[in-house]
Parts: sequence; structure tokens; C-alpha cells
Amino acid sequence: MKNYKTIILSNQEIAPGYCRMRILAPGYHKMASPGQFIMFRVQRSLPPLLRRPFGIFRIGCLPADCDGMPDKEYIEIIYKVVGSGTEIMQELHEGDRIELLGPLGRGFELGDPDEEKILVGGGIGLVPLFMLAEKLVETSRVRLLMGGRSREDIIAVTEFERLGVETYVSTEDGSLGEEGLVTQVLQRKLEKYPRASVFACGPMPMIDAVQKICAANKTPLQVSLEALMACGVGACLGCVVKGAGHSDAEPRYLCTCKHGPVFRAEQLDWNRLENQAADCGGCK
Amino acid sequence: MSEVKMQKVETKRPRMAVEIAGLKLKNPVMPASGTFGYGEEYAPYLDLNQLGAIVTKGLSLKPKAGNNTPRICETVSGMLNAIGLQNVGVDAFITHKMPFLEQINAPVIVNFFGNTQEEYAEVAARLDDVPGVAGLEMNISCPNVKHGGIVFGTEAVAAHEVVSLVRKQTSKPLIVKLTPNVTDIRVTARAVEDAGADAISLINTLTGMAVDVKTRKPRLANTIGGLSGPAIRPIAVRLVHQVVQEVSVPVIGIGGISRAVDALEFLIVGAKAVQVGTANFVDPNAMATIIDGLENFCQNEGIEDINELVGTLEV
Repeated sequence: MKNYKTIILSNQEIAPGYCRMRILAPGYHKMASPGQFIMFRVQRSLPPLLRRPFGIFRIGCLPADCDGMPDKEYIEIIYKVVGSGTEIMQELHEGDRIELLGPLGRGFELGDPDEEKILVGGGIGLVPLFMLAEKLVETSRVRLLMGGRSREDIIAVTEFERLGVETYVSTEDGSLGEEGLVTQVLQRKLEKYPRASVFACGPMPMIDAVQKICAANKTPLQVSLEALMACGVGACLGCVVKGAGHSDAEPRYLCTCKHGPVFRAEQLDWNRLENQAADCGGCK
Repeated sequence: MSEVKMQKVETKRPRMAVEIAGLKLKNPVMPASGTFGYGEEYAPYLDLNQLGAIVTKGLSLKPKAGNNTPRICETVSGMLNAIGLQNVGVDAFITHKMPFLEQINAPVIVNFFGNTQEEYAEVAARLDDVPGVAGLEMNISCPNVKHGGIVFGTEAVAAHEVVSLVRKQTSKPLIVKLTPNVTDIRVTARAVEDAGADAISLINTLTGMAVDVKTRKPRLANTIGGLSGPAIRPIAVRLVHQVVQEVSVPVIGIGGISRAVDALEFLIVGAKAVQVGTANFVDPNAMATIIDGLENFCQNEGIEDINELVGTLEV
């Protein structure tokens, strides 16, 4: 993990309210693993005061501008414009200077290559699953169940397909794919592939429902959680979640930033998880 | 000829060391409690040996769970927090956190609090014989806990009593951290000085609140939290200005410092040192940048020793 000043390579709206930003990020190929995140800070402007956390969507590399220069390693993030921080981000352009802290946190464990892998993404929660899919397809059969309220919330699915991931789309209003919740699809898939393991990221109600289904089926589950964060390094204790066995007398808090953002389901106290990230824009 | 000129240009680096209540700091910059964990969290980003001192997260007698989430929210040029003093407890701190801190070449100031006078006294007593602890900072001002905390900070009589009690338990330098959420901070400052505080640090956060207009719920689970960040700096500077005129013990200025010029304001009004808080969250390297900035300021202004700046406000 490093903290440095860098520049934006591109920043575009890819769907109404969703933007994709490419940031020059030397060292990330070596440093970052699937499920990790970055803290992003706009330079030369006081608001927003705090950095914003974003899951890494993918890592890539562009050829150097000229001989003798290093290749241009970059990361991509996808964010939803939901508040003052992401509104400012949306206005940024190629060449704008930013500060990047990362890669942070603990990512996904890849698990047994022989197992079927099912990824469950809800809206912007799809973001950290892409790097994971890139890794998993090397050894395993991978399926993506992607859900959203409406067709606008279904992003980047074709890129998963290009990796060879079988994708199943569902929307609550039926405007794209199957009508209904992504968890209904998960239920069916687990009946068909009982030995699969599941990786999920999305809004808390979805994560909760996924956990119940997986627990009932004794399916291994890893979840990537979102949380409001100030520091991203485990100091502010703003992003804590209650770990398994937590009580007031023996607190077992886990920092989403440091012990997560990816947790194995059994690490968490599911009866006492709170939805604290109601309006953070695809952040961790 | 050119060699002579070179020597002339090369000026001496200013002296940055300050002394507070017998603690020798290599410069006047340290983290504010609660924004720097137990030090190790920031070790990958910042050379902790550069710091004037390290101030730990506040400790209590028993581990403390803290508040429900959401615990933080950003406001204009600041943030509200209601962490609720989550900490590992003094015994776990001594066993698991001190070994790391002992390796750092900077005095370790341990922040602590209690729910009752007796708890304050007991925590202080336990820390008194821990060799790596250079000094204590007593929090009588947390706005986010139901018992203790701010109660001791808002009533001068209670503040006097609890500081007197702690004073008897410790031979280490004792800093008392004050709350701004009082009618007249000078009254509390005098009370804690009279009770035996070796230094005073201020300000803790200002109580505040924010509302989500869509859900009509408070943005913090605790409803009320403490406001920190650049937004509170002018208030903090004013309060430090008032307190330094009232007491003779050294004062540590805290409140919204994120750049060297911010720190300079506090020194000029009379603080001997400063603590950096919310800025650590924004930039893990903030304190290093501030230390460099202070040194450069002194050099450019022809100040040989940073202590020359302290209390030089012209009114």
C-alpha cells in the first residue's frame, strides 16, 4: 500500500448516474488483489474533506508514450453519483491531479479451483467482482448473477461475458433480464449447483438475503461490505462491523477497511449487522 | 569567492525542539487522540520517529465497545464522529500495543478516561509504572459517552476533584484535555491547573448534529457527535488564546490543524505544541508535511528557535 499523487487518465459517464474513471496507478499490478479498494482524494479543493473509498474494478496497462518511459499502469473504478463527493468527482477530467491511497484492505480468497463459483452483484456492488472474475476464470467455472432496480443499474455485464463468465441479469422492474430479485436467481442456481461457493457485493438487504440462502444451503460465502470511512487504515473506527461472538462486554468489532472489506460469512454477527452505507457511491 | 558566498547562503536549520511538562519533544507536532489509533496503523505511511510525540487512542479500565454505526459523517469542512471511545482497555494496551510503541523514538503519551472518578484513578495508577509511557493525557471531555467524559469536563468542581485524584496516582507528566462545550473554558482551565495538571490540551470536539433529510433520521446512530476538522479551527484558536492568558502551565493547541500555517496560528497565540487530528484521516502523511512546513517557515522568517514564536500575538 502506498499513498501518492497521480493523475486521471479518463472519466466518463457510462450509464445515467454511473461513471467510470481510469487513474494512473504505478505498482498496482504487483500490489493489488481482487476485492481490495482505494481511498481517493481530489487535490486542490477542500470539499470533500475526507477521502472516498472505492473498490478497484480492474487493473490495466497502456504502452509507454515513448521509448525509455515506463508502461502506464492504471486502475479503473466505477462509481455512482450520490452525494457531494461523487458530484465533484464527476466533474474531473483527464489530467486532473488526485491523491491515491491503496490498495487497502483484505480481498477475496479464491478457494478451491474445482468448485463452481457464483458471483452475486447488486448495482454498483458489481465493481469488486470483476477483478475476482478475471482470476477465477483461469481455473474455475464462474457464473455472475447481476441484479438492480432497473436496466440503468446493470453495468459492465458484457465485460464479464467477454471473460467467459455466464451472466444472468435480473431487475426489480423487469426492464432488463428476469423480473425480480437477484436472490431468487441465486436460490435456483444453488439448487442446481449445490457445491458452488458464493461471492457477493451489493446493498445490505441483498447481502443479508444472500447470507440467509447460503447459510440454509451450507454454501461457503464471502461478502464485500460497504461502509462510511474516514481513514481507510483502521484508525478512525468509523467503519466497524460486529464480528461473530460480539457482545458489549466482549466487543468483537472488525474494521471494514482493515479486516475487510471482504469477510467470510462466518466472521460476522449477522443478527447485528447495520446498514450504514445507505448513500455512499459504490464505495467500500 | 564563490565558496565564501555558498557558506553565507547555507543558513542554520532552526531548532524545533520544545519541552512540555518535562517531556522533551523534537518538534511541537503530535497526533490528537483517537485519530491515530495506537500508532501502528500509520506506520506504513509515516515515519513515526519524526513526530514530536505519539498520543494514543483513549483507554479505559475495561475494553469498550463504542457506539453503533453510522459513527461518522462528513459536514462542511469537517466531520462529525460518535465512535464512543471504542478501545482495547488498559491491560490489553500494555500487553499488545506498548511493545510496538516502545520501539518508536518519540515520547508516548497515553490518553485515558473513566466512567467514574475511581476508574480514572485506577487507569492512571496502572499506567504509572509502565516504563514506555512518557506522559498521560486525561480526557475529561468526550462528548460521546453517557457516563463520565464530558460530565467531568463541564463542571469545574467535578473536574478539580477527578484531576486531583488522578494527580495522586501518577508521577508522570499529566496533561488534561478540555472540552469547548462549556460556558467559560477559563473556569475549567483554572480548576484543572489548580488540581495539579502539568499541561492543558484543547480543544476536544464541539458537539454537533446532522440530519438526513430524506429519512429524517440523524446521520449518526448516537444522534449527537463531535465536530472536528478545519471548520472548528477559528473557535479552537480563540479558546487557546483565552486559556493561555488564564493559566501558567503549558498549553497544547488542537482543532482543525491540517497545514503548517494552521499550526502557526496556535503557536502564535501561545500554544507550546499542537495536535493534528482529522487531517491524519485525510492525509496519512499530514504531520510530516506540517513539521517540514514549520521548519521552513522558521528558516524563511529568520527564526532560530521555534519557541521564539510562542505567544507572540500582537494585539
